[in-house]
Amino acid sequence: MSAIQPPAETVWWRQPLDKVEGTWIGIALVWSLFMFFMMPFWHVYGKQNLSNEAYRTTPQAFLAKTQAMVDQYTVRTETAAKLPVVRPPPGSDVYLLGRLWQWWPLLELEKGQTYRLHISSMDWQHGFSLQPVNINTQILPGYEMVITVTPDTSDQQTIICNEYCGLGHHNMVGKIYVTEGGK
Amino acid sequence: MSTELYRTCPESGLQFHKPAEMLMKANAVIAVVILLVGGIAALLVTLTRWPAVHLLPADRFYQLLTMHGVNMLIFFIIFFEIAVLYFCSSTLLKCRLAMPRVAWLGFALMLIGVVVNNMAVLNGDASVMMTSYVPMPANPNFYLGLILFAVGALLGCFIFLGTLVIAKEEKTYEGSIPLVTFGALTACIIAVFTIASGAIILIPTYLWSIGYINHIDPAMYRLVWWALGHSSQQINVAAHVSVWYAIAAIVFGARPLSEKVSRTAFFLYIAFLQIASAHHLLVDPGLSSEWKIFNTSYAMYLAVLASMVHGLTVPGSIEVAQRAKGYTKGLFEWLRKAPWGNPVFSGMFLSLVGFGFIGGISGVVMGTEQINIIIHNTIYVPGHFHATVVIGTTLAFMSLTYFLIPVLFRRQVFLPGLARWQPYLFGIGMMVFTLAMMGAGTLGVERRHWDMAFTNSALSFDYPASAYTMMGIVGVSGMAAILGGAIFILVTVVSVFFGKRVGSASDYGFTSAKVSRASPIIVPQGGHEAAGKWGFAAPGTFLLALFFLAVFVLYYAVNWKYLASVWPMS
Repeated sequence: MSAIQPPAETVWWRQPLDKVEGTWIGIALVWSLFMFFMMPFWHVYGKQNLSNEAYRTTPQAFLAKTQAMVDQYTVRTETAAKLPVVRPPPGSDVYLLGRLWQWWPLLELEKGQTYRLHISSMDWQHGFSLQPVNINTQILPGYEMVITVTPDTSDQQTIICNEYCGLGHHNMVGKIYVTEGGK
Repeated sequence: MSTELYRTCPESGLQFHKPAEMLMKANAVIAVVILLVGGIAALLVTLTRWPAVHLLPADRFYQLLTMHGVNMLIFFIIFFEIAVLYFCSSTLLKCRLAMPRVAWLGFALMLIGVVVNNMAVLNGDASVMMTSYVPMPANPNFYLGLILFAVGALLGCFIFLGTLVIAKEEKTYEGSIPLVTFGALTACIIAVFTIASGAIILIPTYLWSIGYINHIDPAMYRLVWWALGHSSQQINVAAHVSVWYAIAAIVFGARPLSEKVSRTAFFLYIAFLQIASAHHLLVDPGLSSEWKIFNTSYAMYLAVLASMVHGLTVPGSIEVAQRAKGYTKGLFEWLRKAPWGNPVFSGMFLSLVGFGFIGGISGVVMGTEQINIIIHNTIYVPGHFHATVVIGTTLAFMSLTYFLIPVLFRRQVFLPGLARWQPYLFGIGMMVFTLAMMGAGTLGVERRHWDMAFTNSALSFDYPASAYTMMGIVGVSGMAAILGGAIFILVTVVSVFFGKRVGSASDYGFTSAKVSRASPIIVPQGGHEAAGKWGFAAPGTFLLALFFLAVFVLYYAVNWKYLASVWPMS
């Protein structure tokens, strides 16, 4: 019987498998399991994994920590708005906040050094998108995400926002400058 | 119930219950009207993201993008699905529809919901995208419209379930329900889960928007909202796979290779699709990798396995049916001699190919926990879901519509020559469109973004020229697909409201490939393996499936390689 009519055998469960179906199910199942185990495998052997490290926070508390870092490590300012460029020491905790509509402050990191990058939002949801290296994460207000990151290219990276956050969303741009070590 | 009225379609042999027929027509017509509204928004949004045109101002762009998303992904598709549910229960089981008055109430609630939501968006203070992530506020009517719509859709689901009960009680069929109805039941069960999730998150959000609740946690919102947002796409998958099986049965008289396999695959959808929230939360703070891996893989990819099974069994059943008719030469005569001029078939087959090769593969790749880091919220994401929802679901529904115009509406298809080309224009246009979007996304271009040149920003950033080329291709191919959509609406509306009445099958508008009576084909002696090769009933389909797997494996590997090139993170 066709697919729009009741099956010919009332107990359709007893109908035998076609060889073509059995073979394909076997192949597809092996592939599915391979893809599943690839993810834990990469956690052990791969280098690009998110840490799962996150904390509850408040915009006030996170702003205070970011401000403290800015006060201590600002090396210069940029643009007419005098945006601080912060050069924190290698291995330290680095704070970056997203708000309507900027990423603040600008950061300067050393190539090959590891930093603990803390990111949170002051208001709505934002999307941290680092280009052109292409690293993307979701940033939520009230949650502080920690990524332990090692920049391995020396260039200028731009942070754009790729979660819609209102009318100025497309102007929300920040920077991470990566310099050669010791300069 | 001796007063119930029925009509039997003389050509297809399908039996329509009058109240069910009216409801199917009403739901399908409203679906097409909403498709038009969403389509106009699509045109303007595409013309804005096409860098050389950049048509709309920013506020208008975000407003229309919101409108496009909600109308297409929720309103259009669910209206059509309600019509499909009534067809799969009342018509396929030759049974009266349960409680038609309640069904009309559901219809009215859905329609009111659509109007209330769209009014809020048009008002200009609800440009929050379909996802309406808190704490970004929208006009309360935005949420209210969605809630009313969901209540109406839930009533439609209950009508479907009630009709199944009536058919069983009144013994209008023997044994088990048909496979297509089984698939529709799958869609209905997922829909009930989806709508419940929607209620759990949208009702508090509505109360928050009018000031009765003071805080909604954004992480919780995303988790529960995506149980609505992603699961609703799984309703579409179950529904359009059912439509594939239905069209294979209608056009070829195909029977499932084995009922057991196809039904088990549908059951895997019910068991595992609901955990799909995780796909959207792979780079969110506060969730563990164990949680992400288990859920994003639908528990070891068992729902993906189900789709790969349907991807084999649908064309496989067509191959078997064609071979039984004598198209046995080589591996692919059955496919070459298929009715490519009949949009009921061509649309369905393009839907199957596009859904599998583009939507399916990209979905699994971007739903891999770590690979999501290089894809999340880039324009790759809409590239993926336009392949699943537009090529997969919408095109399958368009194909079914070409069948329903003569059978349900009893009208001839207007401009059949144009209708013959429509699935190709729409389907291939959409394929190029989605591939170009995915290409741009791989280069980091962001979704939901008005200006990829960052003209008004204090700090500048330039995408590579190749990203602009990709977005240009998105614009051009988007226009082709929108033209295809416009032709569909033109043909459908003119046929249904002004078309010539149908007298017999030869009036259907497709003389070369008439819609054949839905009777089963005769299985040759020795089972259907006899007509195949290597002991396989469908050797051609098997070869195509292996080709699919090769593409899948290759693309999966390429993305891991790309991921390995970005900054080390832990």
